[in-house]
Amino acid sequence: MTGAFAETAAAPPLPYRVAQRRTDTPDTATIVLEPVGTALPPFTPGQFAMVYAFGVGDIPLSVSGIDGRRLTHTVRAVGAISGALHGVRPGQTVGVRGPFGTGWELSEEAGRDLLVVAGGIGLAPLRPLVRAALAELGRYGRLSVLIGARSPHELLYSDETAHWQAGARVLTTVDHPAPDWMGDVGVVTTLLDRAVFDPSTATAFVCGPEPMIRATADELVHRGVAPDRIRVSLERTMHCGTGHCGHCQLGPLLLCRDGPVVTWTRARPLLLIREL
Amino acid sequence: MTDDDGAAVIDKDGMDALVAVLAARGRTVIGPTVRDGAIVLAEISGGAELPYGWGVELEAGTYRLAAREDGAAFAHSAGPQSWKTFLHPPRAREWSADRTADGGLVTTPDATPPPSYAFLGVRPCDLRAIAVQDRVLTGGRHADRGYRGRRAGAFLVAVECTEPGATCFCVSMGTGPAVGPGYDLALTEVLDADGHRFLVRAGSEEGEAVLAELPSRAADTATRTAARDRVAAAADRMGRSMPPVDLQGLMRETLNAERWDDVTARCLTCGNCTMVCPTCFCTTAEDITDLTGDHAERWRRWESCFDRDFTHLPGGPVRDSPRSRYRQWATHKLGTWYDQFGSSGCVGCGRCIVWCPVGIDITEEAHALNRERASGAGEGAG
Amino acid sequence: MTVVRHGFLGALTPAHRDRLLALAHDVSFPGGTRIFEEGGEADRFWIVGSGLVALDVHVPGRPEPVVETLGEGELVGWSWLFEPYRWHLGARTRTAVLAREFDARQVRGACEEDPAFGLAVTHCVAQVIARRLQATRTRLLDLYGPPPGHGGGT
Repeated sequence: MTGAFAETAAAPPLPYRVAQRRTDTPDTATIVLEPVGTALPPFTPGQFAMVYAFGVGDIPLSVSGIDGRRLTHTVRAVGAISGALHGVRPGQTVGVRGPFGTGWELSEEAGRDLLVVAGGIGLAPLRPLVRAALAELGRYGRLSVLIGARSPHELLYSDETAHWQAGARVLTTVDHPAPDWMGDVGVVTTLLDRAVFDPSTATAFVCGPEPMIRATADELVHRGVAPDRIRVSLERTMHCGTGHCGHCQLGPLLLCRDGPVVTWTRARPLLLIREL
Repeated sequence: MTDDDGAAVIDKDGMDALVAVLAARGRTVIGPTVRDGAIVLAEISGGAELPYGWGVELEAGTYRLAAREDGAAFAHSAGPQSWKTFLHPPRAREWSADRTADGGLVTTPDATPPPSYAFLGVRPCDLRAIAVQDRVLTGGRHADRGYRGRRAGAFLVAVECTEPGATCFCVSMGTGPAVGPGYDLALTEVLDADGHRFLVRAGSEEGEAVLAELPSRAADTATRTAARDRVAAAADRMGRSMPPVDLQGLMRETLNAERWDDVTARCLTCGNCTMVCPTCFCTTAEDITDLTGDHAERWRRWESCFDRDFTHLPGGPVRDSPRSRYRQWATHKLGTWYDQFGSSGCVGCGRCIVWCPVGIDITEEAHALNRERASGAGEGAG
Repeated sequence: MTVVRHGFLGALTPAHRDRLLALAHDVSFPGGTRIFEEGGEADRFWIVGSGLVALDVHVPGRPEPVVETLGEGELVGWSWLFEPYRWHLGARTRTAVLAREFDARQVRGACEEDPAFGLAVTHCVAQVIARRLQATRTRLLDLYGPPPGHGGGT
């Protein structure tokens, strides 16, 4: 327990410059960051960074894109820190710590059908997973991507997801359609009938608000997907990212260390206990 | 114990010398001393500042100094502080950030050199607590640099427990009253017709070197026997005990027990238990800027899982009810700590019982949960 | 047309499924076709084979708001099972739709004739209604909307 471990806790963030910023929805933006100097170790899809707005603080943000040394994050403005990060402009500098937490572990899934189910901003951490799967389509079985959003203009990455159609079955549904919306209307679980996967061998990746995760995972189990083959990404308060501040506990799990991606086998009994 | 184990005997002069030798080695010596009606842990400059002739009377919600006629220095059990105050301080700067003229950002780790402490009078329960915090803060994939620095520089003088308090339950947690591994020097205080003296054993090379500098004599059989007997007797005088069951399993299986409602009716969610607990490690991040707005600092300060905002998410706290917050603290301490860090988070020191303003007793709660489980109620939580 | 495992028919035993399907015939609708109107007589129902059907509500002065869409394997229409056999919502195809169409009177007759079959079909329809109720409740939560106003997010 000595020198083998990096002294990465309580370490300062590294400066990253905002290379691009794109407004996704009225309260959500995607920012592309590149290291000013030293880059952090490589991230894998599903992992998260602690992104620091100068003087305001840092918050956990999943990587929504990984491109060499560049990191992409999608941030929704819901408070002071996320509001500051949402408002950054190209050329400004933020601080980044990481990589933290567990990833989706796509590489273990060769030969299997992949089912990706995203609700709202839950698509952000799944995006690099979909990209990685599309980049190596032959390695896996069939790929289905089911996306739920509040309304058509709150769909994330809609230009890009349209292109995913070339290699995947992409189905999108909204809660509140606009008059010109010609796609599906309803919760994302209703799309499962049209996804292409063999429940006995497929692996599912689910992220979104917790009730959406529960509904989706329970429905998948009902359809014969093994709970161990369902991976979900969970959210709790995080301050340190390194397993030391105690905020992200979910029963036996420290979600910044043992999560955010956990199997449904582990997550389900914990999510059923109120206020755990 | 063989006679060639290097054990020695020192008297009160030897204790004075110990403080002096440690100080001469550049260490800040922290030990128990009487202050403000309690035995606190503070910097001491000589052996005379140790609480000779003082003991404590403890009960749930009660702490009182009591004079002792025997003049013992270590006949007291845990006080309001623990060593985490020094190793994992309540506030610490982690790093700073400065804005550069071109709008960039430079970040700098905190460069405060780690202190070099000597802790005099580390009880076996607290020695275990230090090992538990070592595991939490430096045993995983990410190690806390500041903690590691403070910990690496700390010289630990353990003192075996010969006078347990009414709130102590180290025997049932397997942490005392005899000393476990991890000390540099271990002392056992002996007072009898042969005088007031301390049996000393070294547990590290530096411990041996320090011991060699003290006026001492080789340990005699009578002192060894007296020391062993006093520690063994202490084991029989524990004021409290945990139920003799797998506590991890007990916590896991009683998450929906009615007992949580009972204890929550008493709990003020003040968080005192977390502040005095020698293993509670939770912190929050604080970001501050100076008046220019170009210099920012990241500080870390203790936080308690009893704070409502501890589990804050954009929509509100996850653990909103006091019931869920007490349950989190107790089940973490006794149960899920094993899952997270491979051991219990409780060392049986009893501080949480003493310093609870309403006298909630974690051992009593565990017994009640165990009874409720045995009666078949509170199941279905797993 | 493939028999869908998880949709409406999934909960029927093979014998009951065959019996029900024997009452069906294939139909196709071009995209944008109104299949039925809110308040109209619920004399048929469909199981979608492919394509998308939107359920809508008539609100004067607004283009028909779509409350839900139904795709492959899903049941379109359950008002035919309960008096007064009137559609609660309207239905319009969004794309070209292939479906199996059932005559409601025939199916109700078969249900009355064979109570075990009737119970199975009623059970299937009830499951569909329960799932849609659950989905509607989930949407009521507006899960993807902004967090409720605590104003203290990070």
